[in-house]
Amino acid sequence: MASIILFAPLVGAIICGFGWRLIGQTAAQWTATGLLFLAALLSWIVFLGHDGVTEQVQIMRWIESGSLATDWAIRLDRLTAIMLIVITTVSSLVHLYSFGYMAHDENFREGEVYRPRFFAYLSFFTFAMLALVTSDNLVQMFFGWEGVGVASYLLIGFYYRKPSANAAAIKAFVVNRVGDFGFALGIFGLFFLVDSIDFDDIFAAAPQIAETQISFLWTEWNAANLIGVLLFIGAMGKSAQLFLHTWLPDAMEGPTPVSALIHAATMVTAGVFLVSRMSPLLEFAPDAKTFIVVVGASTAFVAATIGLVQNDIKRVIAYSTMSQLGYMFVAAGVGVYSAAMFHLLTHAFFKAMLFLGAGSVIHGMHHEQDMRNYGGLRHKLPYTYWAMMIGTLAITGVGIPLTHIGFAGFLSKDAIIESAFGAHTGAGTYAFWLLVIAAAMTSFYSWRLMFMTFFGEARGNRHTHEHAHESPRVMLVPLGVLAIGAILSGMVFFKGFFGSHEDIEKFFGIGAAASLVADAGHGEGVMDATRELAQGDAEGAARAVTEPVAEEAGAEAAHSESADAAAAVDEGGHGALPGDGAIYIGADNDVLDAAHHAPAWVKVSPFIAMLLGLGLAFWMYILRPDVPGRLAASQRPLYNFLLNKWYFDEIYQFLFVGPAKWLGATLWKRGDGNVIDGSINGVAMGIVPYFTRLAGRAQSGYLFHYAFAMVIGLAALITWFAIG
Amino acid sequence: MIQADLSIVLPEVVLAVYAMLALLVAVYTGKDRVAPLVLWVTAGVFALLAFWIGVGGGGSRQAFGGAFIDDGFARFAKVLILLSAAAILVMSQRMLERLEIMRFEYPLLLALSVVGMMMMVSAGDLMALYMGLELQSLALYVVASIHRDSTRSTEAGLKYFVLGALSSGLLLYGASLIYGFAGTTLFTGITAAVTGQLPLGLLFGLVFLSVGLAFKVSAAPFHMWTPDVYEGSPTPVTAFFATAPKVAAMALFARVAHDAFGGAVGDWTQIVAFLSVLSMVIGAVAAIGQRNIKRLMAYSSISHMGFALMGLAAGTVAGVQAMLIYMVIYVTMNIGTFAFIMSMERDGEPVTDIRALNQYSKQEPLRALALLVLMFSLAGIPPLVGFFAKFYVLTAAVDADLTWLAVAGALASVVAAFYYLRIVFYMYFGEEGEALDRSMTPVNWLALMASAAFMVLGVVNLFGIDGMAAMAAEALVGR
Repeated sequence: MASIILFAPLVGAIICGFGWRLIGQTAAQWTATGLLFLAALLSWIVFLGHDGVTEQVQIMRWIESGSLATDWAIRLDRLTAIMLIVITTVSSLVHLYSFGYMAHDENFREGEVYRPRFFAYLSFFTFAMLALVTSDNLVQMFFGWEGVGVASYLLIGFYYRKPSANAAAIKAFVVNRVGDFGFALGIFGLFFLVDSIDFDDIFAAAPQIAETQISFLWTEWNAANLIGVLLFIGAMGKSAQLFLHTWLPDAMEGPTPVSALIHAATMVTAGVFLVSRMSPLLEFAPDAKTFIVVVGASTAFVAATIGLVQNDIKRVIAYSTMSQLGYMFVAAGVGVYSAAMFHLLTHAFFKAMLFLGAGSVIHGMHHEQDMRNYGGLRHKLPYTYWAMMIGTLAITGVGIPLTHIGFAGFLSKDAIIESAFGAHTGAGTYAFWLLVIAAAMTSFYSWRLMFMTFFGEARGNRHTHEHAHESPRVMLVPLGVLAIGAILSGMVFFKGFFGSHEDIEKFFGIGAAASLVADAGHGEGVMDATRELAQGDAEGAARAVTEPVAEEAGAEAAHSESADAAAAVDEGGHGALPGDGAIYIGADNDVLDAAHHAPAWVKVSPFIAMLLGLGLAFWMYILRPDVPGRLAASQRPLYNFLLNKWYFDEIYQFLFVGPAKWLGATLWKRGDGNVIDGSINGVAMGIVPYFTRLAGRAQSGYLFHYAFAMVIGLAALITWFAIG
Repeated sequence: MIQADLSIVLPEVVLAVYAMLALLVAVYTGKDRVAPLVLWVTAGVFALLAFWIGVGGGGSRQAFGGAFIDDGFARFAKVLILLSAAAILVMSQRMLERLEIMRFEYPLLLALSVVGMMMMVSAGDLMALYMGLELQSLALYVVASIHRDSTRSTEAGLKYFVLGALSSGLLLYGASLIYGFAGTTLFTGITAAVTGQLPLGLLFGLVFLSVGLAFKVSAAPFHMWTPDVYEGSPTPVTAFFATAPKVAAMALFARVAHDAFGGAVGDWTQIVAFLSVLSMVIGAVAAIGQRNIKRLMAYSSISHMGFALMGLAAGTVAGVQAMLIYMVIYVTMNIGTFAFIMSMERDGEPVTDIRALNQYSKQEPLRALALLVLMFSLAGIPPLVGFFAKFYVLTAAVDADLTWLAVAGALASVVAAFYYLRIVFYMYFGEEGEALDRSMTPVNWLALMASAAFMVLGVVNLFGIDGMAAMAAEALVGR
């Protein structure tokens, strides 16, 4: 079944991309879409029927080279199952939506065939993404990782006649290369350390990696921390985290369904998936986790500030995506991977819906994307309006405080904020405050979007407004389906993702063999001891025996401090070995419990932040529409700073792009042109012809010259041997 | 005893007897009127002998007290010599008729020179070596000037003869030195004498001998005769010079180096490497200024001999194997190219200027394509077979720690690519000019196409030649 899910989109892509000439455009599109719906249906069956136990399906032997032996295999556990439903559901709905959205496109000339290509790319993307999430080893994951990169490149640049789209596609590709470089280094490092790239081997070796020192660049590193950071750099590129985020807003040059599928729901969450997948390693890499938290929180904050002032409807949502990805990384960084995955799931639904809704608005407004030219559209686009409203309620986190009733975002986002608080570390506290502030800003820009688009007076071109129309049903149905997800997915899945320890363990299949917690710990210690004894190292043996005991004691103390009554219960999960279950929660990781026991003000804070943002937006854009303009005028430097996205692009242009271009131009003109071409030309047009003339002169035609040459040659040889 | 010896040299005897008998018969019958018949029969005899030797018994046999050796190496070389001679012979017919030099002596002189070559590659004794060499050379001096009415042809024959005499003198002097210091002319005896440090006299003998052989393979700096003789001789003779004698001389060189001086590999590899690098460079550089395609092919063959010598310079089994493969491919390419050159005519007159090929691709696309393939192959451009020829010798050289030689060879081949590609340039991008005649005999057409096809299809497995060459090399070196 997993194989069918994985390969159905590929088959669809091939049939649609190459076969449309045979079966016709419409049939090709329906084939791709139909296969995706099949995959989505099977994914839900897999997800609902999954019992948490990791399954591996080998498809073929893939690479065998030296000690590197790798299968192409599907690793099916809870993480994979979650990603499967997210990807296939959103992808199938986006396919359906694209029937309407891509029906007529002014970017292509009359009679040009572009729809099968678009659908083929979408299906290919889906295949690559599925390959990524079903991978059983890092190289397979890297294949999917690059595959989605290619698909993203192709789809961002789909309007290939637009120079800006091509530039954005290249930018996305290049920026992702930076991240991929880190990812690749991480893979190399793991292969170097473990001599395997299979997840099972890596997870099993995680404790040893944590005790290894490795020399990288000019410093000694803890291997686990180094690998964690390197892998996270890959995740930063793909998930548009701070410093490697500049491509994501530009990627909005692609068609809107692409933005919804790739740049909101699926591809950009690959980084979060990677971090969660590598949880058994990261649990041994505290410094890497801190780094993740800081970067994630900073991203959430920075992206939210930029989102406040953007006027392009898609860019607002793009920055919102980036901000929400920051949330997910914070959750993963503090060690509550389930919360990260929870937000990933809910976010996929409501963000895809917001994008598709935005696409519906853009479609209805004849490809106008500037919100300043919208206004009062709720009567013209009633269904879209309601869908966007649900999406906004979900993303801003509307719900009933201190209960588990609310829109999807309410549950998942609050879970993250509580987790950040529950980390009780410096980074955690930093993240907590930034995330709460970001929550207020999220609420502000989301409502600003709603108010500017659907409320107030119609602005901009009158003709456009008069002809604004609701989108066809084929575009509205996906909105409706996603709306259900945006409303319910939080409440339905809350227990599995952010319930009690037991619930999460059951959901993620952790600790199937974990009944003997402490014993396992001791047993391991004793095994270590015997091993070290065998090597004749008595001291080491003694240390090995005592260490786990000390750790145990520490954990015990931590539990009693937090006066956690359920401590005894959670120990059940704490003994699980790395790699046992979809995610791994370290023995001393009690952030989840701390988050559950956070004070009430912490739990209410995001809700209050949301209300603040809503109120401010309502005041600025409904009650006093003149305020934003005056505010922007009075705070001109700050406004420009935010409008120009913190000048990241300009700084990069100055720091990297400019020098790189200069270097390239120099090497091209000076290095290649003058030195290489110059010397080659010199040899080819000066030196060689000179010798040619010389040889020609020697070839005089006189017999005695020839005989003389022979004698000279003979004399030279004789001399050579006589001396040598 | 003598019977056993004769049975070993039977192919040579058969060919020699055939040549003499045919001479008599032709003289007393139709003289030049039967020349075409003699030509075809001779070619047929070559082919039959090649077949006979090729499928004949394996193993290594010696005749006349070790003066004549019949082993895998000799058989490989003989088959190559005979087949290339046969091919060149049948290709020549029309051209010879055009030049009015279709004499019945011509094929028979070639037959006699082939006898000499067969002696050369089987030589196991300095006397046998010299006998074969002179028999070959004398016949070639005559055919070089067979176009008696042409001053160029007679000049070529004379130059070749005088310089050849000089080289023979040097060779003989070397042979006498060797005999003096080794006390024997048998290769096996010389091998026994050259253990350890070589006496200076023997070393000088080796140098003189090598110079004589280098002249025959036209290796620089003993190559000066080559362009003039190639240009002056009638084209069929040039084609013959470029193929069979080169194989024979190269094989003889390998035979002497490995059989007689197998104990002094370090010494003769220096000589060979010196010849090799000089030939490759001069062959590449001097050809650039040439517009006469026959002179061009002369320099081309000098350069190619340099590459073949590189294989020999490695001094290993792999080196000899590479050299043999190189010779096979070189000969095949030259047969194809000369098949084309012989058909280069304008208004019935032979043309040798390469600018006459301007826009040839529009006129004869298929032939132009075939020539393009051959030129690319001669230049050593992958994936054509010519590249693999170079690849084998370069590998052998690198494996024998002669990296500098391999690098020099690679650089020289870059320069040499210029004049091969210029021919292609003229054919495809040249200016409109007077067109060549379209006529081409079926035999030449077939030779051109077959040769080009070999360059393309041989990529698959070289038609098994590398295996045969490996066995031949093993027979020579591995003992």
